[in-house]
Amino acid sequence: MNTNKRKRELVTEFSPMIEKPHPMLKLWILVLSVIIAIGLYAFYLQFTQGHQITGMRDNVVWGVYIINFIFFVGLSYSGAFISGILHFFNTPWKSSVTRIVEIITVLSIIVGPIFILLCIGRLDRLYYLFMYPRIQSPITWDIIAIITDLVGCFIYLFLTFVPDFAILRDTPDLKVPNWRKKLYRFLAINYRDTDSQRQRLHKITRIMSKMVIAMAIVAYTVLAWIFSLTLQPGWNSTIFAPDFIFSGLYSGVGVIIIIMFLIRKYFKLEKYIVQSHFVMAGIVLLVLSLLFGYFTFSDYFAKWFSHKPADINLLNTLFGRYFWQFILANYIGVLVPLFILSIKKIRTIKSITFAAVVAVLGLWLNRYLIVVPTLETPYVPIQDTRPEYLHYTATWIEWALSFAGVAAFILFFLLIMRLVPIISISETIQHERGQNSKQDESYNY
Amino acid sequence: MNNKNSENGGTNRRKFLKLGLMSSVTALAGTSLVSNLTSEETTNTSGEKVRLLTPDGKMVEVDASNINKYPEALVTPAESRKGIPDRKFVMVIDLSKCKNARKCVESCQRGHQLDYNEEFMKIKLIQDNQNTSPYWMPKPCFHCEEPPCVTVCPTGATFKRDDGIVLIDNERCIGCKFCITSCPYSARTFNWEPKAKFENKDVPYSPETQVPAAEGTVMKCDFCPDLLRQGKLPYCAQACPMGVIYFGDKNEDIVTNGEETVRFSELINNRGGYRYLEHLGTKPNVYYLPPVNRQFPLERGFDVDEDIIDRYKDVPYVQELKKQGKI
Repeated sequence: MNTNKRKRELVTEFSPMIEKPHPMLKLWILVLSVIIAIGLYAFYLQFTQGHQITGMRDNVVWGVYIINFIFFVGLSYSGAFISGILHFFNTPWKSSVTRIVEIITVLSIIVGPIFILLCIGRLDRLYYLFMYPRIQSPITWDIIAIITDLVGCFIYLFLTFVPDFAILRDTPDLKVPNWRKKLYRFLAINYRDTDSQRQRLHKITRIMSKMVIAMAIVAYTVLAWIFSLTLQPGWNSTIFAPDFIFSGLYSGVGVIIIIMFLIRKYFKLEKYIVQSHFVMAGIVLLVLSLLFGYFTFSDYFAKWFSHKPADINLLNTLFGRYFWQFILANYIGVLVPLFILSIKKIRTIKSITFAAVVAVLGLWLNRYLIVVPTLETPYVPIQDTRPEYLHYTATWIEWALSFAGVAAFILFFLLIMRLVPIISISETIQHERGQNSKQDESYNY
Repeated sequence: MNNKNSENGGTNRRKFLKLGLMSSVTALAGTSLVSNLTSEETTNTSGEKVRLLTPDGKMVEVDASNINKYPEALVTPAESRKGIPDRKFVMVIDLSKCKNARKCVESCQRGHQLDYNEEFMKIKLIQDNQNTSPYWMPKPCFHCEEPPCVTVCPTGATFKRDDGIVLIDNERCIGCKFCITSCPYSARTFNWEPKAKFENKDVPYSPETQVPAAEGTVMKCDFCPDLLRQGKLPYCAQACPMGVIYFGDKNEDIVTNGEETVRFSELINNRGGYRYLEHLGTKPNVYYLPPVNRQFPLERGFDVDEDIIDRYKDVPYVQELKKQGKI
């Protein structure tokens, strides 16, 4: 049959990626492992010597860790959202990007919560959260939301992997070790790509695609509430949850573009990931930069215009001590992508990727400016003799662990790419089948 | 008529229920009494006798194994959640008398085994606006009626008691610090590093004393419930040489600074008492009397260590004083 032939063609095309590692892969794995090892050592130091070796102190009790937590969970949420939308509307160009988006979704919801654990003073008592839960605490809501999201995303990712596992299982001449063949057989859960199976899988995936959108929005809203339900100036704002939803998407689309660029370049997939993908994603990023800028402006403008003393203190800090960070995060991080993406002539793959990098870095900085300056300007003025208690600067421990988190994200990504083709074979066939049937129909009439 | 009948029926039934409940309580008490008696019979006597002086002045001889190792005042974490019955503790701080003598801070530090830089009570130099004169403001935990810290705690490590006190059980605390970020008054501190004093197990831990403290957990001003149980004032109120800090019971409508005892309501009404940042809706149990008719000039407060003066360097008034060379 035609489909089977096409399957074999695609497998032969993608099998080099799975069969033998990319020449640079081993080096990359080594480098990433070293970064992770340094992070683990930093964690060991923090665990044995206490949180004194971080930059966090009584006033700024949350630092880079919580910022990374927000950032990664935001990434996951936006991945789920975008992937859900792609599946739900059956977007024609989705087949080559969905898998990238889905892997981002799952990996970042694994990496993100690790950062919140680093923030906890007594990790040995973590199980108290389940032993003595208090449902009125937003942290409990967050735990429920994130665990649900994690499980949902896992199921969703697995469902989209099943047909490809089946294809790999059905390719006996694939040059991979025996254990991996066994693994494919196990993970394919006896999927034979019969019509009824295909329809059932399609139906479940569709339902899950809707559910992950809902779960992601709930999880990220609750995360925003951790801040906005407190009384602190700068946090206690109704705009926080919607702002988090759009800024999360902004960073998520940015990261998707960056990863698309890297994969396209280093794995020679120019045929599958084409300029139109970048332009589509770029236009989404353009809309999101407008929304993100709008929300950020509304929030700060209301604070400035109504000038309550606590808000003015915060704004003075933002425009004083954090002037350049504020400019980078909320001006450069919005206006540069906006400028690049809104001019059609300069919308090339490289420029779109550059805009995405600016957007992602700007957004991380924006998160920093949400967390730290607020904690540095509480209602009661800080009057403390210890200079290290006045302001927050992250120590190497925190940076080491942050980079370890990013490294873990990349490492897992590379390992998953060794296990399954990064371009979904089944989706590609599905897409071609759709096109063929359309052509057939046009022949018939 | 009918109504009255049914009412009677209702009360009868209630009486009956009450009776049943009572009898079941006595039954329970009876069994526990019996089990107590039996358990007392099985205790081993060590044979070693100790002579003790009872509170009413008699000398008695008891078996060494019968002596409770723990002080009688020890309140376990579970017991400390209940609070002292029929009390509603309240503090009034008279800003017109404070001269930053810091005796409250030091006494509190001794009482709670805090280090030099660890403070439950902080003295702030506040200037409300350019035209008003600055004043010294001692700031303990406000033990709010609606404490944001208690709402956000995911494990119930911090709790509000019936007597109005908000405490922390550091054996339950996981150190997520959410309570610290949710407190608008910055009342809470965190133990960032391991310290030798945390390992001192001579005294059993009680949330009422917060001793010994534990690494990676949160601490704050606790209104000294251990002293309150003994009928004493909190460390800060005892130590203040100016009588700035009044402490008492809202139910009895009485507060005292150790020298004079006054009606809480009269003090608040006559002297224009207020609560700090009332608009946040946390309903603090600490009231302030405004800094009017000051007994001391503000500058008397700079008669402290150099590094303490240094804390206030960002206050515009202090910067001006420095410029004039007065400090």
